[in-house]
Amino acid sequence: MARASMTKRKQGAAWHQSIEGRRAIGVVLTFVILIPLGILFVMPFIVMVSTALKPLNQVFAFPPRIIPETFQWQNFPDGWYGYGYVDFSRCTWNSLLITVNNIIGNLFSCTLAAYAFARLKARGKNFFFAIILATMLLPNEALVIPQYVLFHRFGWLDTHLPLMVPPWFGWPFFIFLLRQFFLTIPEELVDAAKIDGAGHVRILLQIFIPLSKPALATLAIFAFIGNWNAFFGPLLYLRTPAIQTLPVCLVQYQGAYGNTDWHLMMAVATIAVIPVLLIFVFGQRYFVEGIATSGVKR
Amino acid sequence: MESVPRFSLRSLSQRSREELVFYIFILPWLIGLVLFTAGPTLGMLGLSFTDWRISFDDLNFIGLDNYAKLAADPIFWTSIGNTFYIVAGRVVFGTAFALLLAVLLNQKVPGIPFFRAVYYLPSVTAGVAVALVWIWIFNPRLGILNYGLKLIGIQGPQWIYSSQWVKPSLILMGLFQVGPNMIILLAGLQGIPKELYEAAEIDGAGNWGKFRNVTLPMLSPVLFFVIIISVVGSFQNFTEIRVMTEGGPGESSNVLIWYLWENAFIFLQLGVAAAVAWIMFVILMALTGLQFRLGRRWVFYEV
Repeated sequence: MARASMTKRKQGAAWHQSIEGRRAIGVVLTFVILIPLGILFVMPFIVMVSTALKPLNQVFAFPPRIIPETFQWQNFPDGWYGYGYVDFSRCTWNSLLITVNNIIGNLFSCTLAAYAFARLKARGKNFFFAIILATMLLPNEALVIPQYVLFHRFGWLDTHLPLMVPPWFGWPFFIFLLRQFFLTIPEELVDAAKIDGAGHVRILLQIFIPLSKPALATLAIFAFIGNWNAFFGPLLYLRTPAIQTLPVCLVQYQGAYGNTDWHLMMAVATIAVIPVLLIFVFGQRYFVEGIATSGVKR
Repeated sequence: MESVPRFSLRSLSQRSREELVFYIFILPWLIGLVLFTAGPTLGMLGLSFTDWRISFDDLNFIGLDNYAKLAADPIFWTSIGNTFYIVAGRVVFGTAFALLLAVLLNQKVPGIPFFRAVYYLPSVTAGVAVALVWIWIFNPRLGILNYGLKLIGIQGPQWIYSSQWVKPSLILMGLFQVGPNMIILLAGLQGIPKELYEAAEIDGAGNWGKFRNVTLPMLSPVLFFVIIISVVGSFQNFTEIRVMTEGGPGESSNVLIWYLWENAFIFLQLGVAAAVAWIMFVILMALTGLQFRLGRRWVFYEV
């Protein structure tokens, strides 16, 4: 027994050099970096929510308090309805309308194109696919001037059309992602359906779409977040307050009351972020997979 | 002459039928490409040679005047410099930071999905609402950033209110948005075969040796992809500039996309703005091309 305890002590002396010891130290070191970084990353949200709950006199207090002395929940309705100048309910409705339309439009047009690129043989296919790859990285902002001219010609300025029509005409990044997914669907399934006399529309509807629900969910989430946060296009095309989206409304609010009513502005900002947060929390799994796919399988 | 046969899908061979379906399926995208991408790109080139201001009617061909005007405008050159400063900062620090986070999240410790979500979060909520919060965070007198620095004995700078610090501020803020890059790199790390590490260990490689000789080469294609999308993404950054600085103080955060916006929709010189857009387009294509060239030297593709 004495011997056993001696061996133990001996091990103890060299514990930090043993395999388990090194692993344990590694875990602790990892946490020493992971946790403070994590706190840093949620800090903007904490600042936002805590400012949203403070009465005005505490907002400008120094040192800043993370947890407000008193919780002023009234900031939320006050911010939302307090000023006739910006109608947030209306803006939220507009954001929702555009976002839902764009998700459906994107899924429709990109599913068709992705199926064609993944499963159909045709002359010119490689050429068109090269264009998909080339335009995937094209920043839309660089094309904004001529698009503005185009929509001006169409008489679409100051309507939702410049934002709601293009998603029905595909988006290279989504087509690419969905094609990658469609390629993994076994050929035998398609062959079997063809023997049963199914056309491409039926194969797409009855085999590809049901089997691609995770991929389609990923795209829907991407599209939701992209469209909900979209700012450049809406700021450019929507002039009439009644048709503006949430981000544009927030900026109007900032312009009108930004330097004074920080607590109310943060309250409204918090509400604006909630839908994205919910989507993120519930869709995280799809999300992570989708992004990982974009970089690895090329 | 024979009567023209009635066109029907059935009369086509299986092969041309498939071809027809292919083109019908890609038709929406094809129309979009011509209407919203290819057409505008060419249109933009054309517009950049005109003095177009607001309505189409008073449009004259003025050759390269817009470009000459830009070349003579010191603010244009400032905005080019600012753009490269911010893009370089965001790409270099952002990629390094994303790699650090990915390596950390690739450790076998409990709670990884939780941390992954936390680090990803700011990227999802990037937008006007969060840019507003950052104005408050950067507030030199009352903001939490300078308060935190004060606690560790540092007198914080004026951040976005100082022409010297505004660009570093934007780069710093960009570090909170490395989520997608982090996830892509993490997936890349997880795709590296374990045998390679075991082989390296047998050869006596330490942690750094393994990182340098296994991780980096194996990860280089993914890293390359991340750098390219970061460059493109950093060029597009409009929201933060519009909400937080409007190109200021002075012109110190005036980047190309803001310069373009100001010329087009504030000064209403759309011809000039089209020239800016075209220059931005060429810079981006040149940068991407350059990266592909350089990439051939350092990116390691498995054979």
